[in-house]
Parts: sequence; structure tokens; C-alpha cells
Amino acid sequence: MEIVLALAIGVLTASGVWLLLRPRTFQVIMGLVLLSYAVNLFIFCMGRLEIDRPPILLGPDALDPRMYADPVPQALVLTAIVISFATTALFLVVLLAARGLTGTDHVDGREPEE
Amino acid sequence: MTALLRHLPVIPILVPLVVGAVELLLPEARRGLRVALPVASVLAQIAAALMLLYLTTDSMPDMWTEGVGVYSIGSWVAPFGIVLVVDRLAALMVTLTSLVALPALVYSLANWDRVGPGFHSMFQFLLMGLNGAFLTGDLFNLFVFFEVLLAASYGLMLHGSGPARVKAGLHYISVNLTASFLFLIGVAMIYGMTGTLNMADLAQRLTLLDADDRALFEAGAAILGVAFLVKAGVWPLSFWLPSAYSAASAPVAAIFAIMTKVGVYAVLRVGTLLASGDQQISFIDVGLFYGGAATITYGVIGMLAAQQLGRLVAYSVIASSGLLLMALGLQNEALTAPVLFYLVSSALAASAFFMLNGMTDRTRMIQMAASADVAPLPDVTYMGFGVKEPADPLSSEDEVGVAIPAAMAFLGLAFVSCVLLVAGLPPLSGFIGKFAMLYAVVQSAAEGALGWHDWALIAAVLVVGFAAVIALTRIGLRLFWSVTGRTTPRLRVIEAGPVGFLILLCLGLTVGAGPVMTYLDSAARSLHAPDVYIRVVHTAAALEAAP
Repeated sequence: MEIVLALAIGVLTASGVWLLLRPRTFQVIMGLVLLSYAVNLFIFCMGRLEIDRPPILLGPDALDPRMYADPVPQALVLTAIVISFATTALFLVVLLAARGLTGTDHVDGREPEE
Repeated sequence: MTALLRHLPVIPILVPLVVGAVELLLPEARRGLRVALPVASVLAQIAAALMLLYLTTDSMPDMWTEGVGVYSIGSWVAPFGIVLVVDRLAALMVTLTSLVALPALVYSLANWDRVGPGFHSMFQFLLMGLNGAFLTGDLFNLFVFFEVLLAASYGLMLHGSGPARVKAGLHYISVNLTASFLFLIGVAMIYGMTGTLNMADLAQRLTLLDADDRALFEAGAAILGVAFLVKAGVWPLSFWLPSAYSAASAPVAAIFAIMTKVGVYAVLRVGTLLASGDQQISFIDVGLFYGGAATITYGVIGMLAAQQLGRLVAYSVIASSGLLLMALGLQNEALTAPVLFYLVSSALAASAFFMLNGMTDRTRMIQMAASADVAPLPDVTYMGFGVKEPADPLSSEDEVGVAIPAAMAFLGLAFVSCVLLVAGLPPLSGFIGKFAMLYAVVQSAAEGALGWHDWALIAAVLVVGFAAVIALTRIGLRLFWSVTGRTTPRLRVIEAGPVGFLILLCLGLTVGAGPVMTYLDSAARSLHAPDVYIRVVHTAAALEAAP
């Protein structure tokens, strides 16, 4: 399971970085989105990968912490998702404004000279 | 009284949050209230910040001792809950923020706050993020406050619209979003290795890590450091900074002047806390030294090459940021207090300079619009936001304040003061900051010989000042002496006043350098003895309900 997740994060990050370095604004925003997926998965797996372990204590007699997953990374990833969602939306607006004002979707606001 | 005072640390975060939210609901027509609320909020923040400053001097020993105060949010004690920690450095930074915010806000009332919607809300949220970042004692909470201040700054950066701003804003946003991802990766790695996000708890658990975890932890800390350094504008992560700062509207650039200092603050805060466990993180310090040196080189070259005052000031912000990082990288504890003094002085100077640039720029714009057939900026912005243009923008501008006489004389005088501050020449506070840095280097080397690192710092301090004098003199000549037929600009008191206020603050910093330095010395001492910070955070009891 670890290797699958590690590969997924790696592929997402690599594609994200590659897209981020592309000259078109839409590619940049897709790159940022992919990067944010990768980062969210990364935060999530920092709480260790476990199956069948709830993140909340059930009942008064269940006191062995080994039976539970760490809830903190899950809370962190929730916050991170919300924040990256909002900033992506904002970036989308800026992207559209830049397209409208400069007439091109190049990140520098002008087409490179041939 | 003390029961109320215990809630003081949360005031600089709560007040701008509430005021910013209320501003969203107020209709545009209620101009009086829309202006009065933010000003009252900033005044309240100044009062709260000064009170925090007073409390950290141990003047009220029954409240806080040893200059550190802890506020447990929701009465959850550390390390389980999030705590706000006020030590001398945090109190100093909060005070600096509020003192820069007041003039920037007043300046914006002249006309900038009306060229687009939501200026006051975003301004308040920016202040909330800044204050929160300075006060928090939790790494993830630091991330959240960074995001709050960044989200507000994205909006403010674009305030006024126009192609130049949107283009610079696009770069600014993408760089800072990427930096936020690095921040998250760093925080997640640190949590994965130590199981805590509370900074004080983190410093304690550091010593318990075994070698493998230790390596991963250091990688996480380094990634976190890169995220901070993007904010601080270190080379090669600062190419976005000059165009962003010079494209932003004047009051926004004035408050942005403090944003690079947030990065420096975070490096200083986390760096000193993590260094408490042992001294193995010194590779970060070495990186800071060389990074700072490269940043200074970049800033100086940029300053000499800049053709507009706005870009020049932005490069001087980079150079001063580089100087701070280079001095911190020297690992000389005697340097910390002078570095803090220089940080305060350079933030005030850059803020004043950006507003001054706004005034000289605006006159040029009107001139251009009159001579060439170019539409003045506000037309574009009203259209861009779909806001209905006021019937006669010029007449509404005139109502706002009284025009001050001898406008060019004031501009010239303010320009000279700003040059003195940025270049670090006597008699203003920039000189004292730089002199104190040089003195500390030479003094601490009195026991042994000066190493080449020390010589490099001395050279850097002098070169930055020299380059600033050359570049600013050239621009000043062009601005004030060589232009013929320039129309004398109409200045209003609420535009000139803020610049004067900041310069007077720097003058006050010069006159009161003794007491300020004493306070900064104690701040530096407590930074380099983080055991007190850690102990106070761990032993802080939950807030009891007020009787």
C-alpha cells in the first residue's frame, strides 16, 4: 500500500511541477491543483497508513491508542483542502482578468517573440 | 481588570476580524461609518500592541513573568490546544504592524479605498493575518495565519486593477501558492516525525528523535525554511517581488513593506526555538548567510539599474531583507538586537517611501493624462470592477482634505529623509541600526580576530548604503530638479500626514534609541534562551472563567 501511495504522490507532484513551469495560465492552474492533491495526500499519510482504525475513541473501555488512527493529520488535511480550494478559485478569477486585460493567456501577458 | 487583561493577546486578532467582516455588510453609501470603523480598529490595535509591549517588560509581575505571556485558546492547554504566545519579539512585531497600518490606512482614505470594492475588509484581514502570525505558538496555526494574510494580500495586490497589477499579481499569487505547498509539506514532515505542532513542545521533543527520524525532521525544517524565505524575498526566490511591490497601489505597497519582515520573523522564531535542543541545525544558518549575501547582491544591482522610484524602493526592500538574513546567518547573538532595530527602522522607511512614491507618481500621471490623450487610471478601474463611476471624481477628491501649501518643498524634504533612512546615514534611525550592527560585529570580535564572514557583513552594510545613495540621488535629481514645466501637485493633509508621521516615528526611534535598544536587547536575550519560552508555554494553566 505504501508503494502505491508513494508512487501516486510522486506522479502527481511531478506532473504538477511540470505544468507549473509551462507558459500558459491554464496549465499553471492545473499544475497548482495537481500539486495541492499531492500535498494533501502527503499530509494524510504522515499520520501513518492504517486500515480499520477509526480516528475517534469509541466507548469508555476502548483506551488502547494503538487501535486508533491519528486524527490530527485528517484535521490538517481538511484545513489544507479548504484553503487550497479557495485560493485556486481566486487564482481562476485572476487568470480570467489577465486574459481579458492582456488579450493572451501567456503568463507574461504577451506572446513570446518568434 | 487583570481578568480582562488576560484576554489581551487575542485582541489584535479578533478586532480586525470582526471589523473586516462588518465592513463587508455596510453599504457603500455609509461612507462615514465605513471609514470610522477601520480607523478605530487600527487605533485599538495600536493600544493593544502598546499594552502587550508594556506587559512583556514584566511591569505587572502578577500577570506575566519573564516577559512571556501565554493565552490558551478555548482554555485548551498546550500542547493539545493552540496557544498564542506573546514574548518581546512578538509584541514588538505586532506594535510595528499597527504603527505601519495606521498611516497606510489614512493615506488610502484620500482616494485609493474607493477605486475598487472591499478595500477595508481586505486591509483588516491582512492585519489579522499579520498579528496572528506574530502571536501564534503553533506551526499549523502559523500556516493558517499566513494563508489569511496571503489571501488578503492577493486581493489588495490586485486592488485598482489594470494590466500591470493583474500581470504582477498573477506571478505573485502563483509563487506564493507554491510556497504555501512547501510550507504544508514541511509542517507535515515535522508532524510525522515528532507528533506535535506546538513550537515549544517541538523544541523539547527534538532531543528524543533517533538518527533516522532526525534526518527526515531536518529535511522538513529545511523545506519549511524555504517557504519562509520566499516570503522574506531571498534570492533566487524573489524575482516576483519588485514588480509586485511597484505595481501595487501606494497604500498597499506601504503595508506590504512589513510582509518581507514576516518571513524574517518566522525564520528567527522557529530557528531559535529549534536550535535550543542542540546546535546541529547550523546548516540553516550557513544557508542564511550565503542566501542573504546573494540577496544583497541582487538588491544592490537592481537598485542601481532601476529607472522608477517604485522599483528602486522594492529593490531596497530586498537588499535590507538580505542584510537581515545575512546578519542572522552569522550566528552572533550580540547581533540580534541591532538586527531587530534595523528591521523596525527599515520597515518604517520602506513604508514611508512607498507612500511618497505614490504622491510623486500621481502627479506624473495627471501630467501625462493632460499632455497625451491617455485616460487616467481610475476610469479603467471603475470599468474593470463594474462599479458606477462617481459623478465627478475630481470634485469628490477635493472634498476629502485640505491641500497643504509648499507641496514640492514637503515632497523634497520627505524624499531626503527617506533617502537618509534607506541609506543609513545620520541623523535618522537607519544610521543607528547599521552602526549598531557594525559595532556588534567589531565588538564581539574583540576577543579574537575578525573572520572573513564578519568582514563580508561589514562590507555588505557599507555597500548597501553606498549603492542606495547613488541610486536615490540619481532618481531624486530627475524627479525634483531636471523636470521643467512640471505642475506642482496638490497634496492633501491625509496623504502628506502619514509620510510625515512615519518619518517622525523614525526620528523618535533615533532620539529614544537608548530605551528602544535596551528593550531589544532583552528581546534578543530571551530569543537566545528559549528555555524560558518553552517552560512558560508548558506550565501555562488554562484560563479560568472570569468570576
